Amino acid sequence: MHTKTLLELSDALKHKKISSIELTQHFLDRIKKFDPMLNAFITITERTALREARKADERISKNQASVLTGIPIAHKDVFCTADIKTSCGSKMLDNFVSPYDATCVQKLKNTGMVLLGKTNMDEFAMGSSNENSYYGPVKNPWDLDKVPGGSSGGSCAAVAARMVPIATGTDTGGSIRQPAALSGVTGLKPTYGRVSRFGMIAFASSLDQAGVIAKTAEDVAVLLNDFAGFDPNDSTSADNPVPDFTAHLNKSISGLHIGLPKECFNEQLDAKMADKIYAAAKEFEKQGAILHDIDLPMMRAGMPAYYVVAPAEAASNLARYDGVRFGHRCDNPKDLEDLYARSRSEGFGDEVKHRIFTGTYVLSSTHYNAYYKKAQQIRTLIRRDYENAFKNIGIILTPTSPTTAFSIGSRMKDRIQMYLSDVFTVSISLAGLPGISIPAGFLNNLPVGVQLIGNYFEESTLLNVAHRYQQVTDWHLKIPEKFRGE
Amino acid sequence: MNWKATIGLEVHIHLKTKSKMFSGSAASFGAEPNSQASIIDLGFPGTLPVLNKTAVDMAIKFGLAVEATVANESIFARKNYFYPDLPKGYQISQHSHPIVQNGYLDIVLKNGISKKIGITRAHLEEDSGKSLHEDFHGKTGIDLNRAGMPLLEIVSEPDITSAEEAVAYLKTLHTLVQQLDICTGNMQEGAFRCDVNVSVRPKNQKEFGTRTETKNLNSFRFVERTINYEIERQINILKNGGTVIQQTLLFDVAKNETRPMRAKEEATDYRYFPEPDLLPLKVTDEMIQKISKQIPELPKEKRERFAKDYKLNNYIANLLANNQDMSSYFETVAKKIDPTLAANWIFGELSAALNKAELSILQSPISATELAQLLARIEDGTVSGKIAKTIFERLWHGEGTTDEIIEKQSLKQVTDENAIEKIIDQVLRDNPDELAAYRAGKDRLFGFFVGQVMQLSTGKANPQQVNDLLKKKLL
Repeated sequence: MHTKTLLELSDALKHKKISSIELTQHFLDRIKKFDPMLNAFITITERTALREARKADERISKNQASVLTGIPIAHKDVFCTADIKTSCGSKMLDNFVSPYDATCVQKLKNTGMVLLGKTNMDEFAMGSSNENSYYGPVKNPWDLDKVPGGSSGGSCAAVAARMVPIATGTDTGGSIRQPAALSGVTGLKPTYGRVSRFGMIAFASSLDQAGVIAKTAEDVAVLLNDFAGFDPNDSTSADNPVPDFTAHLNKSISGLHIGLPKECFNEQLDAKMADKIYAAAKEFEKQGAILHDIDLPMMRAGMPAYYVVAPAEAASNLARYDGVRFGHRCDNPKDLEDLYARSRSEGFGDEVKHRIFTGTYVLSSTHYNAYYKKAQQIRTLIRRDYENAFKNIGIILTPTSPTTAFSIGSRMKDRIQMYLSDVFTVSISLAGLPGISIPAGFLNNLPVGVQLIGNYFEESTLLNVAHRYQQVTDWHLKIPEKFRGE
Repeated sequence: MNWKATIGLEVHIHLKTKSKMFSGSAASFGAEPNSQASIIDLGFPGTLPVLNKTAVDMAIKFGLAVEATVANESIFARKNYFYPDLPKGYQISQHSHPIVQNGYLDIVLKNGISKKIGITRAHLEEDSGKSLHEDFHGKTGIDLNRAGMPLLEIVSEPDITSAEEAVAYLKTLHTLVQQLDICTGNMQEGAFRCDVNVSVRPKNQKEFGTRTETKNLNSFRFVERTINYEIERQINILKNGGTVIQQTLLFDVAKNETRPMRAKEEATDYRYFPEPDLLPLKVTDEMIQKISKQIPELPKEKRERFAKDYKLNNYIANLLANNQDMSSYFETVAKKIDPTLAANWIFGELSAALNKAELSILQSPISATELAQLLARIEDGTVSGKIAKTIFERLWHGEGTTDEIIEKQSLKQVTDENAIEKIIDQVLRDNPDELAAYRAGKDRLFGFFVGQVMQLSTGKANPQQVNDLLKKKLL
């Protein structure tokens, strides 16, 4: 059951080959069996899941089901879920139960999907290894000594270990694509504005985007049909028509122009990694795509600009966690100052504090022009770089991350090394473009991901290209050894 | 040394919208604490602001009324600071790109001279909640009903130089926002409140002096007292060789003085940056055209019309233009009566009586039509101005119509020349000494004779006729 695609599961449910309760129980059993090894879940919602599954079965029996009715899902713990704890991976929100559902959670609930639980993540989505979680690190299913990537590490590990058919994630600078690559799954960050941010706990508002983590591009497309769309509660969500993302999955890619940025394929990239990525590019060439070397000169400025813009917005977004209305509150505050200082010192972890300090610094009136303003100017130039590139090509192809999964603890002392694992993803976030990471082979038994970048609102193109690749390769079907059994 | 004061005003008006600036919560005043605070107002994780379009329309309306530039694109910014009644830890405001820029307001001073006061900008923002320090036994209560209420902050150019000008500016603004129907103007409820910046400098000095800012004044009287107090305080400091400290003050109503707020407030760096949860606010020419059609006759236009059509002086025209009820009363009277006579009576006799009885013009016991009837009797010579005042009092007490009172009390003016001559003869007979003195050259006694004649006629003799006939008789 856990190897089947969403459409196969949907078909099985529709034809009563299996009930949603059985399907739900199957995945709950796998979670019980495997998650103690991985720590991918913060909350498992067994009771409500079975109740939702029963309702789904009723809908199916009354022929009121949609494609997604009765299919289990897990949400990254950054999405607000009514009556279920939403921690954001932080001690600050360890006691927080949201009074409302995020728009995208609500939308999937409406289809009759069954929520299995909330997945582990770096605290407030800040991190690239899932080691910054108050609930402890997530392990990589391919090697339990390695990180799964982050911040959506829990969702990616859960899909990789087939504990759930599909999961949601969020991506601010690479938080879906990088862990998807490191965990060997397919992860899409849609165009900024494609999916509502209402109810998604903010890290950096101008960059945050909800997306999907699944086994296949086709599964992503199926979910995205119900996940995407304008939301009047989110002023930055795009009022663009939502196409049927599954409609063009089998379109020929013959004649598609694919750009390979010189800035990604330089001497700094590990040669073996480069080989894997070129090999993937060749697969597209075989199907008639045309490869081009392209220049994206501003790409190298992405990392520093990102680490100014994201912390600035984060410092402001996280000001609301002050111990006054919700979240962690220190014991016996002496006065207001003490209430703020101790509640926040106790509630936030090191990486979050580090970014709050950075963000406060770059926005201060004396440093604003040198940092924040400059970073925004760079951001404009990066966007222009991509806009120029897309005048001549259809998609851009890069490695998702410069390396495969690294050892737990190996980069915790070296912040720059940690940040550099997002070097190929951050500039796409700054530009607001859609990007997908798909499995493209293994290096030393660890998954390699290739990143495909599309023009604004061209998720259909990306999913089509990714799907065509997955029709001729089977990297995405591989299951880590420890998790192959029932 | 001669000193010069410079005053800048920042007025916060609550826009009269049904819901808050960025949420659907009701924006009414006086509800149970925290009963009008949604998850958005409380700053719950994951919530996002959605801009209230009516508030934008109101800001545009204001901009057009003060002949300002309404920006085609303005930007919301976050003003970051920690306070328990500021749920998100930042206030959404507009900083470097406000929606309204470069307008002005004409004010008219008591001497009738008008002055143009520049409006630097007006921007949209959300209000904070309220911290309640009383009744909580050493703790602080927080009421978030006000959090997120829509505000328009209107900032004046440093064109104002006295408390009188400041109050005239505020009153003009107060009337304007009510006529535009964008603010209740209710100052007790904080719907119209003001921060006052004051600095002084020697008359010959070019640069401004160091300014102080007094926060949150919600009455014209407090503004006046604050400004006068601050000007005097600052001049005294400078006279004695001291320096004025730039600081934020509070006005202590009981002690009638300003004093500094906590010094900590001063050190805040608000770390403004563009609000990433809202798109730049676009205002199209179509929107502006549509809203410009909704603007009623503005006080300034009304003042100019009154001055021109009714030949009123600038001061009176301005008083009327800034008081909707007074001006409709006036227009009813002035349709039938000489406008100057009408204005004199409305601002003289009627205003005095209303003030004394603490009534508004809407509550006047004498309607505009009734006053017009009375004034018509002056115009047609039936009664003198003096007798009219007696009639006015009786009208006030509801003793009938003007004509009934005249009839009943036989107050009709005596215009029969023979009758007046008889009275004059009588007076001359009764005062032979004065008559002799007058004829010997004491011209000033003429008034004495007029007085005697009027008295003898119990005020009913036509004063003009008395004058003319007396002159003849005294030759």
